[in-house]
Amino acid sequence: MDWHILQELFTDYTLRTVALGAATLGIISGTLGCYAVLRRQALLGDAMSHAALPGIALAFLLTGSKTPLILLLGAALAGWTATLVMMSIVRMTRIKEDTALGFVLAVFFGFGMVLLTFIQKLPNAAQAGLDSFLFGQAATLVERDVITMAGLGAVALALMLLFWKEFKLLSFDPEFGASQGFPIRLLDILLTSLVVIAIVVGLQTVGVVLMSAMIVAPAAAARQWTNRLGLMVALAGAFGGLAGIAGALISAMGRGLSTGPVIVLFISAIVLFSMLFAPNRGIVWNWLRRQRNRRRLKLEAVLGDLYALSQQHESLKHGHSIEVLRVMDARRGGVQRSLETLETRGWAQRVGVDAWTLTPEGKHRAEQAAVGRYG
Amino acid sequence: MLAPQLEIQLIASVIAAACALPGVFLVLRRMAMMSDAISHTVLLGIVIGFFLTRDLGSPLLFIGAALTGVLTVSLVELINRTRLVKEDAAIGLVFPVLFSIAVILISRYAGNVHLDVDAVLVGELAFAPFDRFVVFGYDIAPRALVIGVIILLLNLMFITLFYKELKLATFDVGLAASLGFAPAAIHYGLMFVVSVTAVGAFDAVGSILVVALMIAPPAAAYLLTNRLSHMIALSVGIGVISAVGGYWIAHWIDASIAGSMATMTGICFGVVFLFAPERGLVALARRHNRQRWDFAQQMLATHLLHHEGTPVADAESRIEHLTRHMRWAPAFAAQVVRRAISRGLIYQQGDMLALTEYGRRFASEAILR
Repeated sequence: MDWHILQELFTDYTLRTVALGAATLGIISGTLGCYAVLRRQALLGDAMSHAALPGIALAFLLTGSKTPLILLLGAALAGWTATLVMMSIVRMTRIKEDTALGFVLAVFFGFGMVLLTFIQKLPNAAQAGLDSFLFGQAATLVERDVITMAGLGAVALALMLLFWKEFKLLSFDPEFGASQGFPIRLLDILLTSLVVIAIVVGLQTVGVVLMSAMIVAPAAAARQWTNRLGLMVALAGAFGGLAGIAGALISAMGRGLSTGPVIVLFISAIVLFSMLFAPNRGIVWNWLRRQRNRRRLKLEAVLGDLYALSQQHESLKHGHSIEVLRVMDARRGGVQRSLETLETRGWAQRVGVDAWTLTPEGKHRAEQAAVGRYG
Repeated sequence: MLAPQLEIQLIASVIAAACALPGVFLVLRRMAMMSDAISHTVLLGIVIGFFLTRDLGSPLLFIGAALTGVLTVSLVELINRTRLVKEDAAIGLVFPVLFSIAVILISRYAGNVHLDVDAVLVGELAFAPFDRFVVFGYDIAPRALVIGVIILLLNLMFITLFYKELKLATFDVGLAASLGFAPAAIHYGLMFVVSVTAVGAFDAVGSILVVALMIAPPAAAYLLTNRLSHMIALSVGIGVISAVGGYWIAHWIDASIAGSMATMTGICFGVVFLFAPERGLVALARRHNRQRWDFAQQMLATHLLHHEGTPVADAESRIEHLTRHMRWAPAFAAQVVRRAISRGLIYQQGDMLALTEYGRRFASEAILR
């Protein structure tokens, strides 16, 4: 590990700008992406980011300016239009959402390509830098871009906090919200607009294709750790920001490590880790829980069998062979291990070479378990 | 030997047809976004295939790419099965990862090869005629055309051979499974076909156009017919029209051919969306309109029938009364009366309305309905 790079973070202007930009993007898309994921609009981000291209090109064609704010405005308007077109197709025809999404994505992007090639052939070709929006060139970020990103992001996050309760309602139970008199359609449009802002803010850093991952991944990772929206949003923002900084640093360390893809791989690794190890939901956690349950069931079965046998004899002094228990417990197996566990817990004891019986404590437990099960 | 212009149009049309065939099933099976995912991830297969063979023309690249397509689908389904994220999110997680790996591999190890990401996304059809397919010194056709025709034939074969199976697995998975048609095998077979098509097409037209050609023409065809076979034929037709039309637009304004073709698929869809005979917006609006007048005439006839021969009949049958009783605007009421008269439902005596024999029958039927 080259720790030198961390020092450069504070001294190297380019690296600092890129890292700050990537972190800003990660925080904004992480927080707002939560709503997209919760509302099953994960792929809307993909469609919107592709659809932003004609907006960028048109904004440049109409104003001749490459000011980030103007280009982003164009991108936002186009992304917004695309969402509107998609929703009307779904509402007015029998075409399903996935088809409408793919349609909008490809057609808007294609139209954007037409405009872009058209611009490239203009005589006063000042279009250089426009295609960095396409594939993401974090290295082209300058301070002005980062300030624009942070400004837009701050507005979006402030609105999100302002309408926290409303957006929560919108995400989880819009019908109830409507019945309580909230202007659900307006809120829907506002929230979608905020997601559009998050997307256009990220385009320049990670590009059209990978932007969807920045919307989906932090939220998907955060979702594994908590059931509370507040915590999920905060975690997603943190994951996104972390991935941004880490991606910028890692990509600065090696040749040919483009920032966008590295950020995406980093955040995806966080997703994988979360899906595996998050408590309660994680795959490993679930597997452990299943194992524990299985052991407990086996243990209870042997305990119950010993109890049933003890009922046939006057006292607990009478030992029973492990083979008897195995026959009684034919399908579950692991009788030996269960007996040993029972012994260490003091619920069963050996009274001979191959003779097991319950302790008084074990008998009590078995009775309790029976009451719990049948009483 | 064809002129380059014709050749480009031919290539575009063949690819459009090849994409429309599996696209129909993607649209019907609600898996349209899978084409977006696959068309991006095949890049990884191509890159790995290239590292293994060091030859951009090797058929191994094809196989590698098609396998990555299937890998994409399997990964998405693996994530779905954990139920930790929703299905759309699973797609959104998988393809950026594979695409990122491909981009990094290219920029790190294949920087000087003709394999750049822009070309993958956008494609350049204009240069396709210059890359010739030569056998024993004979120049046969552009490479892209040969590849396109092969893929078109493969897709045709797949769909004709498994038409029944595809149809059943698309419209009734449960029945297909219970009859032993192995819908899962059909599913993966279809995904393999989509992957092969995406690889074959992206070289010439770029991955985004692949998505446009796979989704937009079938979506338009879906609004035009209820029959699967018609939908397939219409999709191919719309795809070819978009391809040729797109070429001429690009020619005319001197812009990206792939981009104009995608735009053209959008325009075609827009036209169908507006003017489709039964499901188009215009048809819907006209039907709405007709139903509005029909309903108003029914109301009028029922109203007259209800009061016919009662003491209040005189008051209830006046035209001015309709505006109050039915809450109709005077102009609307006059229009309804005019239409009802011309249809022979009622006749007018002074300012009184009365039902004809036909009108009486019409009204009692309307009540029963």
